[in-house]
Amino acid sequence: MEQVAPIISIQGVTKRFGAVVAVDDVALDIRPNEFFALLGPSGCGKTTLLRMLAGFETLDEGTISIGGKDMTDVAPNRRPVNMVFQSYAVFPHMTVFENVAYGLRVVRTPSSEIDSRVREALEMTQLNDFAGRKPDQLSGGQRQRVALARALVKRPQVLLLDEPLSALDAKLREAMQLELVRLQNSVGITFIIVTHDQNEALSMADRIAVMEGGKIRQIARPSELYEFPNCRFVADFIGKMNLFEGRIAGRESGKIGIEVAGLGQLWLPTDDGGAMPAQAGDVGIAVRPEKVRLHREAGPGAGGGAAGDHRIGLPGKVHQIAYYGDTSHVFITLESGQILSANLQNEARSAAHSVAVGEDVWCSWDPGDVLVLTT
Amino acid sequence: MANLQTHPAEGERRVPKGRAERVRRRRVPIGPLEYCRRWWLQLIVGTTFLLLYAPIATLVAFSFNDSRRNIVWRGFTFDYYVKAWNNQSLFDAFVNSLTIAVINTAVSTVLGVLAALLLWRFRFPGKAVYEGFTALPIVIPEICMGVAMMAFFARVGWPTGLPWPLNLSNITISHIAFSFPFVAVIVRGRLIGFNRELEDASKDLGASEWQTLRHIVLPYLRPGVVAGALIAFTLSLDDFIITFFTSGPDTITLPVKIFSMVRFSVTPEVNAASTVLIIITVIATVAATRLQAPTRRGNPGGG
Repeated sequence: MEQVAPIISIQGVTKRFGAVVAVDDVALDIRPNEFFALLGPSGCGKTTLLRMLAGFETLDEGTISIGGKDMTDVAPNRRPVNMVFQSYAVFPHMTVFENVAYGLRVVRTPSSEIDSRVREALEMTQLNDFAGRKPDQLSGGQRQRVALARALVKRPQVLLLDEPLSALDAKLREAMQLELVRLQNSVGITFIIVTHDQNEALSMADRIAVMEGGKIRQIARPSELYEFPNCRFVADFIGKMNLFEGRIAGRESGKIGIEVAGLGQLWLPTDDGGAMPAQAGDVGIAVRPEKVRLHREAGPGAGGGAAGDHRIGLPGKVHQIAYYGDTSHVFITLESGQILSANLQNEARSAAHSVAVGEDVWCSWDPGDVLVLTT
Repeated sequence: MANLQTHPAEGERRVPKGRAERVRRRRVPIGPLEYCRRWWLQLIVGTTFLLLYAPIATLVAFSFNDSRRNIVWRGFTFDYYVKAWNNQSLFDAFVNSLTIAVINTAVSTVLGVLAALLLWRFRFPGKAVYEGFTALPIVIPEICMGVAMMAFFARVGWPTGLPWPLNLSNITISHIAFSFPFVAVIVRGRLIGFNRELEDASKDLGASEWQTLRHIVLPYLRPGVVAGALIAFTLSLDDFIITFFTSGPDTITLPVKIFSMVRFSVTPEVNAASTVLIIITVIATVAATRLQAPTRRGNPGGG
C-alpha cells in the first residue's frame, strides 16, 4: 500500500464502562476516501469506537486524530465528522427540508447558501419531492435518506454510519448498499460503517476491521478477509466454515502433514504464503462449504491424498439439505460423526444431479483451499 | 350445522354467503369490555355520566332561574349574571383568581420543566431524595400544606398593605409550591419517550447544548408542557383549601368567596359565578387540546 496520510488515526484507545472494557487498546488508521467497515458481533465495542470518533464517548486512554488534528477532547459539535444514527434520529417536528437545513442553520450559514446546499443534498439522495413532508409521512428507507442528506449537507471529512441498514427489509437493504457505495464514490469522502452483518461489510467496504471483545482481530480487504482469515474467530464469523481440529504430525519439502481426527493424515502445501506454524502443535483445519464438492462414487482423494490425485476426499451420508433457490446447503455426517457442510450451486433446473437426504456421498476439496489456523 | 361438522372443508365451501357470515360472526366471542355488545357496561357508563354531570347541569340551569331560592324553577333570566358582575367583592375575587392562576401557570411551568429536565438529564448525589421531595406536594394532604403555609407566612410576615397584585404574593407562592410538581411529573413522563439519539444528532450537526434544548428537546416536550400548564392553571383557579389558609380579608379568590356566600344562602348568583368558573376551565381545556393536536403523534424516529 502506498503511504498516504491517514484521515483518521486511532492510537491506543481504551474505553471502560465500570468493570467492562468496551474498547481495548485499539490502534487503527483509516485512509482518505476509504469505505471502511467495523464488523463484529453485538457488544464487541464497534459502536463505542464509532461514538468515540463522533465525540459522544470520552476516551480513557489513547488519542484520536481526524484530518491530522488531535480530536481527543473536542466536543461533538466541533468535529469535522457527521453521523447517520441507527434510529436515523430524524427530527420529528421538522419537515425534510428543515431537517437537512438544521445543521447549516445552527452554525449561521447565509440563507441563500442553505437553500442551494439543501437542494443539492436532497437531489443527491433523491428526496426532492419530499422536501415539505414530515418524517411520519415517510417510509423507513426515505427517513434513512433524510439522515444521510442531513449529514452530507455538512460536507464532513468523514461520514460515520451506525448500523444504517439494520432497520430496513432485505430488498431495500440490498438497494441501499449499492446506493451507499455509489454515493461514496460521488461525494468522495471517507465512510466508516458499523455493522454486524458480514454481507453488508463484504459487499460495500474497501477494508474491514473485525472486532471481538473490544479488540481488533483482523484488518483486511474483503476478499482477503474471506479467503485468508487469521484466526478461528474471524474464519467462523465471516461466512460459514467447516472447522476440524488437528495437530502437526510431519513435514516434507513444501508440504506439511497434519493429523486430523476422523480425516486421517492430510498433506498440505506450505508455499502459498499462509503463515505455517514452525513447531508441532494443535491447529485448526478449515475449509469453506462452497469449496467442497460432492460425488456419487468414491473418487478423488480416495488414496488418502498423499500421492497421485491431489484432492482430499472422504465418505459421508447426507443428513439435511437447506434449499435457498440459487444454492443448496447440504449437511453431511462424516464417519467421525462430525457434520460437514457443502454449498451446491443449483445450476440447472432439473433435480437429476442433486443429492437427497440419506444418500451416501463422497466429499472432496482441493488442499489449496484449506486454511491452517493457529489461533 | 350437522353437515358442517361432518364435512367441514366441503361444507364451508358450499355455504351461501349470508350464512357463512352468520357462522363467522358467531365465532367471535364478546370481549370483557366490549362496550357496544354489553348492556350492563352501557348501564354503568350511563349512570356514571348521569351522576357526574347532572349536578353540574343543574347548577348551570339554575343560574338562569328567576328566583331568590334555588329550589323551584320560576323562569329564565340573565339577572343573576348581571348581579354577580356588579357585585364588587365577587368581581374582585374573580380578578384575583385569574391573576393568581396566570402568574402561577407561568412560573410553575418554567419550574416544572426545569425540574423534569434536571431529573432526566443529570446524575447527582441525592437525586433520589430530591426526586422524592419534588413529588411530595402531590401526595401530602392539602389541609396539611395549607396549615404549613399559614404557619410559614405567620412567621415571615403577610404581604398585607402592599399594592395589588403584590398583596396576592403569598397565595401565588403557595399555589406555585403545589402545582409545579404536577408539571414536572407530566413533562417527565413525556421525556421518557424521548430518543436520546435526537440530542446526539443535533450536537453532531453542530448545535450547542442550548441550541439543542431550544430546537430539539423543547419542541418535543411541547404537548407535555401544554398539558402541565393547563393542570397548573386549573389547580390554581379552583383551589380552595390552601387558598383559604393563606388569604386575608382583602385578598379573596373566587372559590373562597363562593364558599363564604354559600354559608349564608345558595342564591342563583353563586350558580352564575360557578358557571363562569366552569366555562373558563372548559375553554382552557379545549385550547390546550387544540395546541397539542398537531404533534400528538409523537416521535416516529424513536426506537
